[in-house]
Amino acid sequence: MGKLYESQKLALWYFTVAIVLFGAQLLFGLLAAYQYLNPDFLYGVLDFSINRMLHINAMVVWLIMGFIGGVYWFLPIETGREVVGIKLGKIAFFVLVAAVAVVVLVYLLVQTGKGDYFTLWFITEGREYIEAPRWADWGIVAVVLVFYFNVVATAFKSGKITGILGVLMIDLLALAGLYLAGMYFTPNISVDQFWWWWVVHLWVEATWEVLVGVLMAWSLMAVLGTPRKIVEAWLYLEVFLVFGTGILGLGHHYFWIGTPEYWLGIGGFFSALEPIPLVAMVVHAIYDAGSHKLKAANKPALFWIMAQAFGNFVGAGMWGFMHTLPQINLYSHGTQITPAHGHLAFFGAYVAANLTLMYIAIQGVRAPEGPALDSRAWKLAYVGFAITIFGMVGALTVAGFAQIFVERAVGGATWSAYIAGQEHPWVREPMYWRFGFGVLFLLSYVILVYDMLTIGKKAATVTEVKPA
Amino acid sequence: MNIGWLEVTVAAFVLTVISGAFLARGRNWLEPGFWKGFAIGGSLVMFILLWILTFDTLKKISMGSERVPSPTVINHKIGYEYNADRRMYVPVIGEEEPFFGKKWSEKEAYELITKGKLVIQSRNCMDCHTLLGNGAYYAPDLTKAWLDPKWETMIKPMLKVETREEAIAKWLMNTDKYPTWTRKMPNLGLSEDEAKAVVAYLKFMSAIDTNGFPDHFGKTASN
Ligand code: HEM
Ligand code: HEM
Ligand SMILES: [Fe+2]
Repeated sequence: MGKLYESQKLALWYFTVAIVLFGAQLLFGLLAAYQYLNPDFLYGVLDFSINRMLHINAMVVWLIMGFIGGVYWFLPIETGREVVGIKLGKIAFFVLVAAVAVVVLVYLLVQTGKGDYFTLWFITEGREYIEAPRWADWGIVAVVLVFYFNVVATAFKSGKITGILGVLMIDLLALAGLYLAGMYFTPNISVDQFWWWWVVHLWVEATWEVLVGVLMAWSLMAVLGTPRKIVEAWLYLEVFLVFGTGILGLGHHYFWIGTPEYWLGIGGFFSALEPIPLVAMVVHAIYDAGSHKLKAANKPALFWIMAQAFGNFVGAGMWGFMHTLPQINLYSHGTQITPAHGHLAFFGAYVAANLTLMYIAIQGVRAPEGPALDSRAWKLAYVGFAITIFGMVGALTVAGFAQIFVERAVGGATWSAYIAGQEHPWVREPMYWRFGFGVLFLLSYVILVYDMLTIGKKAATVTEVKPA
Repeated sequence: MNIGWLEVTVAAFVLTVISGAFLARGRNWLEPGFWKGFAIGGSLVMFILLWILTFDTLKKISMGSERVPSPTVINHKIGYEYNADRRMYVPVIGEEEPFFGKKWSEKEAYELITKGKLVIQSRNCMDCHTLLGNGAYYAPDLTKAWLDPKWETMIKPMLKVETREEAIAKWLMNTDKYPTWTRKMPNLGLSEDEAKAVVAYLKFMSAIDTNGFPDHFGKTASN
C-alpha cells in the first residue's frame, strides 16, 4: 500500500459510501421499473413514488459524495500538503452519513405526512430530487461549509492558487449557493418551479459540469500526464462555453411553467448551444488519449475518462438537444423522452466521472508505483454498462416517441389519452425491455464492485507498463 | 418592461465578446490566460442577465398577475381555448361559479391554496405525476387536471355526486376503491379538508398561463 495523505483516506471513505449508495439506487430503480409492469407489486406498502424518490435521492447523494471524495483525493496532490481541517472533515463525513441514514429510514418507514410545515421540516419536502426534509438541508449545508472551508484553507495555505483550484473554489461556491434556492416554500407553483430549476438545471448543466471539468482535468494529468498548461487552457475554455450557454440555457425549463414568452426564444437558443462544450470535451479527451496511443498505467481509469467524454456528449448533448427546442418540447415535455435523456446524461457525465475517480484512487492505494492496473472484470463491467444503459435508454426513447404521438398529438394529453398511451404496445413493451436491461445493469454493477475489490491485488496478472 | 428574446440574445452575445476580448487582450489564444478572460467575462455577463430576467419574471408570475391568477380564481369557471393572436391555447377565466357551494374570500382562497400546495408536497404527488409537466411519468400530467373530461364522464357517475369538485375530492380520498385502470393511485390518507385544498389547487393551477402546454388539451386529433 502506498503512502496516503489523511485527506486521501477520507476520500476512500467517501468513495465507499458512494458505491454502496449506487447499489441502493439501482435496487429502488428496479422496484420502480417493475411496478410499471406489475402495478400491484408492493402497492400501498412501498409505492412507486417512494421507490422513485429513493432512487433519485440516492443518486444525487452518491454522486456528490463521489465528487467530494475526488476533491479530497486530488487536493493534497495539487497543493503538496495535507488538507487543513482534516479532523473536521472526518467529523463532517460521519455527520453526513448519519443524516443520510436517518432520512432514508424516514422515507421508508414514515413515507408521507400531513399537509403542514412539520412534514416539510421532518419528513419530505415533496420536490423532486430535493425531497430531503428541511432539517437535513441545513445539515447538508453545514457539511458542505466544512468541505468548502477545507478546500479554500488548504489552497491558501499552500501559497499557490493554481488555475484549477481557482475554478474549483468559485464553482463550489456557486454550487453550494444554488442549493439554498431549493429550501423554500411558496404556494405559487410557478415561482416554486422557477427556483427549483435553478437548483436542478444550474447544478447538472452548469456547476456540476464545471466541477467534473476540474476533476477530469486532474484525472487527465494523473492518468496520462497531460501538461498543466494544456489542461488549464481547456478548462477555462470549458468554463466559458458551459456557463456561456448553460446559464441562460436554464430557459428551456421556463417554457411551460407560467413564465413569460421570451423564455421560449432565450431558452431554446442558448440550450441548443449547450452541446458545444461537450463536443470540445470529446475532442480534448480523444486528443490526449490518442497522443498516448490509449496506453496508460491505469487502463480502467483511461477508459472511463473516454466514456465520460462520449457519454456526456451523447447523453446530455444529443439526447438533450433532441427535445430542447420549444417546438418539440411542447409535445415531449414530461414524457418518457425526459427520463431517456436523464438516464443517459447522468450516467455518461457523472457516473462515468465518479468511476474514473475511484479507479484512480484504487491505483493510488494498491499500485502507486506500477505495475499497470488492469483486469478482465473491469472490461466486462464496462461493456456491460455500455450495452445496458443504451438498452434502457433506447427502450425509453421508443416509448417516449410513441407516447408523444398517442397521448399528446392524437389524444390531447388528457387522463384518458395518458392511459391510451401507456397501454399502447409501443409504450408497454419497452417497459419490459427497460426492466430487463435494468437487471443486467445491476449485474454489471456487481461485476464492477467485484473488480474494485480485487483489481491490482495480484500483481502477477497484470502487464508491465511504465506509469505515465 | 417588455423584453424580447432576440434583444436579450444579441445583447448577451455582444457583451460576452466585448468583455471576453477586453479581459483577454494582449494574450495569445493558446495561453490559458486568454480563455480565462473569456471564462470570467462570459460567466459574469450571463449571470447578470439571468438576474435581470429573474426579477422581471418573478414580477410577471406573482399571484394575481396576468400569467398566474389570484387564488380567488377558484370562484370562477375556467376554460382552455385556442388564441389566434398568440397561436397557442390559453386559459380563459369565465363567470363566477360556487366552489364547494360557496364564494371564497381572498383570504380564505389564499389559505386554501397554500394548504393545497402543502398537501401536494407532503404526499410526494410529483413522484408519480407531473405538474406543469415536471415530476414523474407513472401517472397523468395534472397541469390541466381540473379541466379533464374524465371527471364528468367516469368519476362523477361512479361516485354519484353533484359537482366536479366533490367528485375529485371524494375520489382522492378513496383512490384505492375506485381504480380507473391497472395502475391504481395509492390511498394517501387525505382528510376531507386536505382533499378540498388539493382540488382548489388543481383548479388554480389550470388557470395558469403555460404558453399553450399541453397543446390542444381535451381535443383529440379527430375533433
Ligand atoms: C450532464 C448534463 C445533463 C444532465 C445530467 C441532464 C439531466 C436531466 C434530467 C434528469 C432531466 C429531467 C428533469 C426532471 O426530472 O424533470 C432533464 C431535463 C431536460 N434536459 Fe437535461 N441534462 C443534462 C444536459 C442537458 C443538455 C445539454 C440539454 C440540451 C441540449 C438538456 C435538455 C433538457 C431538456 C430540454 C429537459 C426538459 C425535458 C422536459 O421538458 O420534460 N439537458 N435533464
Ligand atoms: C437498474 C437500472 C435502473 C433502473 C431500472 C431505473 C429505473 C428508473 C425508473 C423506473 C424511474 C422513474 C421514471 C418515471 O418517473 O417514470 C427512474 C428515474 C430516474 N432515474 Fe433511473 N433507473 C436505473 C438506473 C439509473 C441510473 C444509473 C441513473 C443515473 C445515474 C438513473 C437516474 C435516474 C433519474 C435522473 C431519474 C429521473 C428522471 C426524470 O425525472 O426524468 N437511473 N429510473
Ligand atoms: Fe436543463
